[in-house]
Amino acid sequence: MRVAVLGAGDVGRSVAELAGEYGHTVTALADSSSAVADPDGIDVAAALDRKHEEGQVGTAAPDAALDGAYDVLVEATPTTLEDAQPGFGHVRTALERDRHAVLANKGPVAERYDELRELEAASEGSVRFEATVAGAIPVLSTVEDYGPGHINAARGILNGTANFILTRMAAEGLGYEHVLAEAQDMGVAEADPTFDVEGIDAALKCVILANVLAEGERTYHLDDAEVEGITDVPGSALDLAHEDGRTIRLVGEITGDAVRVGPRLVPEQGDLAVGGTTNIVQLETENAGRLNLSGRGAGGPETATAVLSDVGRLPDL
Amino acid sequence: MSEGRDEVHAYTIRLELVDEPGELLRALHPIADNGGNLLSIFHERGNLTPRGHIPVEVDLEATPERFDTIVEALRDAGVNVIQAGAERYSEEVTVLLVGDLVQTDLSNTLSRIQEGTDASVTDVSLSAPEGTENGSSARLRLAIQSGEADAVLDSVREVAAEKDLRAIEPLAAGGEA
Repeated sequence: MRVAVLGAGDVGRSVAELAGEYGHTVTALADSSSAVADPDGIDVAAALDRKHEEGQVGTAAPDAALDGAYDVLVEATPTTLEDAQPGFGHVRTALERDRHAVLANKGPVAERYDELRELEAASEGSVRFEATVAGAIPVLSTVEDYGPGHINAARGILNGTANFILTRMAAEGLGYEHVLAEAQDMGVAEADPTFDVEGIDAALKCVILANVLAEGERTYHLDDAEVEGITDVPGSALDLAHEDGRTIRLVGEITGDAVRVGPRLVPEQGDLAVGGTTNIVQLETENAGRLNLSGRGAGGPETATAVLSDVGRLPDL
Repeated sequence: MSEGRDEVHAYTIRLELVDEPGELLRALHPIADNGGNLLSIFHERGNLTPRGHIPVEVDLEATPERFDTIVEALRDAGVNVIQAGAERYSEEVTVLLVGDLVQTDLSNTLSRIQEGTDASVTDVSLSAPEGTENGSSARLRLAIQSGEADAVLDSVREVAAEKDLRAIEPLAAGGEA
């Protein structure tokens, strides 16, 4: 397939770099201020070098990628809330052009799911978004294979940064601020960690999963989720939990029509007590008991594999 | 909570027996026959229940499943079971409270939780390494009636919110992985 990539952060760059390995041709790459496009395929390495050296992937205007030649548009610009722009507009343009759209950007799927599905229904193209939930872990395609109607509940650890912080606090007896600073030094937490530590990122993923599980019966938005973060979880709480054979994890939960994210007590030796930046999703299936899917929930190449497996599942246009 | 099915718990059963020879032995057979381990028998011969029968309190150990069978077998044998332990507190739930626990009167917090529900606080551990400032935590173990976990946790959350405390709850039943 011919792939246009919008967004040249970790995920967008990795998609561009790995697409060839998966048998696809990158026909465009754009960052926030420039683009490079060629219907026969761009020189990915040269574009990324230019990005590294000059801060821009190309010399064309960013719209050159969106309006260029491609079968599938990969939307990997930063997640934005509420109107989810400019990501939503990018996907709209692709679908209105009867092209496919694959999202790594959570905003449009969490905040404007019904509109996204309406645009898809009116288009020859399809929308896929495996990369928006738990990075490399094939959660949505597993749900698709089982059939959302055969899954009664889902819960999981969906934010590696928050999980890393809680794991380190429990293991080393260190306070939140100390571990956060360490995580920022290691590149595990961003300079502004709000999205991760306040539970917003995990909530977006839960909302997306809830939308898929609801099969159009209702639509969820971030506002529908009850969200609590980990910033005021003290070390003493982790100590008391440990004395009792438990620990605290930032758990996202979808049960019935409730979406909830918050610090919860889980058995220390249980499946949900994954360590470090690992993510896990548990699906309660109707006929097959509990499924545990775990692995890397973030990172450029990891998330890019989810994007590219979506691209591989798309029908020819 | 499903892993609890194989664990042995202690239960108390209150029976009332007709004052006739052999009645006590007849009442103990269904317990022994169904895998219950008798711990103690308190036979209050001096007292009579309002119906003129003799109250007997039996402590025993069994798995929850066997306990259910025992109670059923007792009733099948015509023994009058007044109260079976499982019907009162059959589940436990552990919850953490975080925040300014001392300033907000922990003992009042605990009685509020017990008043609002049928839960009974069976254990409290407090950790306040940073004095009375935010950052102190308490671990509560609550004995609750079967199926009441959601209601009890709702009530804990409500009391916590009122006092600007944070409740860290376990996952709902079935979620304990």
